[in-house]
Amino acid sequence: MNRFSYHRAESLADAVARLQTNPAAAIIAGGTNLVDLMKYEVERPEELIDVTRLDELQTMSWIEDGGLRIGALVPNSDVAYDERIAEHYPLLTHAVLAGATPQLRNAATTGGNLNQRTRCYYFNDVSTPCNKREPGSGCSAIGGVNRIHAILGASSHCIATHPSDMCVALAALDAAVEVVGPEGARSIPFGDYHRLPEDQPQRDNTLRQGEIVVAVTLPREASDFAGNYTYLKLRDRLSYAFALVSVAAALQLDGERIAAARLALGGVAHKPWRRTEAEEALVGMVPDETAFMSAADFLIAGAEPHEHNAFKVELARRAIVCALSQAASGTAQSLTDKRIA
Amino acid sequence: MSHRPAEASAGIGITITINEQVRQIEVQPSTTLLDLLRHDLALAGTKKGCDHGQCGACTVLIDGRRINSCLQLAVMQDGKEITTIEGLAQGGQLHPLQQAFIERDAFQCGYCTPGQICSAIGLLEEGHAGTRDEIRELMSGNLCRCGAYSNIVDAIEDVMIQRAGIVREAAE
Repeated sequence: MNRFSYHRAESLADAVARLQTNPAAAIIAGGTNLVDLMKYEVERPEELIDVTRLDELQTMSWIEDGGLRIGALVPNSDVAYDERIAEHYPLLTHAVLAGATPQLRNAATTGGNLNQRTRCYYFNDVSTPCNKREPGSGCSAIGGVNRIHAILGASSHCIATHPSDMCVALAALDAAVEVVGPEGARSIPFGDYHRLPEDQPQRDNTLRQGEIVVAVTLPREASDFAGNYTYLKLRDRLSYAFALVSVAAALQLDGERIAAARLALGGVAHKPWRRTEAEEALVGMVPDETAFMSAADFLIAGAEPHEHNAFKVELARRAIVCALSQAASGTAQSLTDKRIA
Repeated sequence: MSHRPAEASAGIGITITINEQVRQIEVQPSTTLLDLLRHDLALAGTKKGCDHGQCGACTVLIDGRRINSCLQLAVMQDGKEITTIEGLAQGGQLHPLQQAFIERDAFQCGYCTPGQICSAIGLLEEGHAGTRDEIRELMSGNLCRCGAYSNIVDAIEDVMIQRAGIVREAAE
């Protein structure tokens, strides 16, 4: 680990001011990703700004229009076991419990989950070129070992994926990210928070200099998907492994037909992958395999696999169909019985 | 509270309670809780396996919650209460989980055991496991390369059943 200074933020304004004046500073909260990356010297911050004592970031509460606001410091385990979330946004419960381990979920925070870095082997290995870690140095995954990498939305500069499960559900549920920065507060629609690599893969998200994530909000409308949903995660081990492909699927049924649909993929792109065409293709349809296949085709249209991850295209297609079928029948994938029905 | 690298040798003063003993210590910003315990405080019961949050050998309880101590900076633990494997026995009496691990032969080399036991304490306190499958899933953060998993599940299940019995008796 490099030498760094430590500052315990006294207030949000203090943290923002500190971050604004020192671009080489980093915010630390749960530490589960940042400390790990510092040990590998992937991250070498000059200063750590500890925000864990800021009370205003710790709370979870209903907001006026009926949505739920989750403070950036709320641990993943508190999100996973919150009764309000389980009742109104169970897709989020399932996604959070699909990720990491109980120990990590106890430490990892909501804001940190959004801001975690990719688990691309090359990003994590400072002896190899990586445009995300060292802009301009090249991408070792293109032409390298790329079994876990992106099949959608990648660029010639980077084919890394975003590793979060929680974010896939937040994308599907149309969450928003509340941030505070030198110019005040703003709310970023979840789909605009993470970005595709393009020619700047070093930028994972659209935060501006000095901005800090303070909360994630779930809209009231997303609670209309609490009956028919699933989070289906496919991975090399049944527990504690990142997704090769994951699907967040949620439906509203009106008699025999689909009234509304939400669909997002994890493990396949630089951000949770969602396309309105795929969801619109389901509206008005009878929930059957033909409709699900059509939605899958829209969602993975334009997929560009690499040498070792072509399997992900067909895996994603089948996972989408399976997840939509689970959602339609109201039988979410079990969190403990890992057999896929 | 700020600290510059130039002052590094001086360290930062923190107060933490470890196994019910209040300690005032100076730590470097880069010292992890795991290294503080093992190197500075000679509490070597907590083990360093991967040092990257992947194996769970370093699991301790921070304010009652199971956490990977290798990924926590010591300086951030100011004011917290830490429980390690050394703090579990009371008055010469092993913690029920320690006893159950012995009775169920739930280890071979023993290196992962302190982390397994601290993690299992967290699991029991959290109260989300009711079946063997749920114990397995919620112990997924603790690897055992000897492969004592089935006996580890037995040990945890034993204590869970004992506790349920105590709760039932208390309710009657």
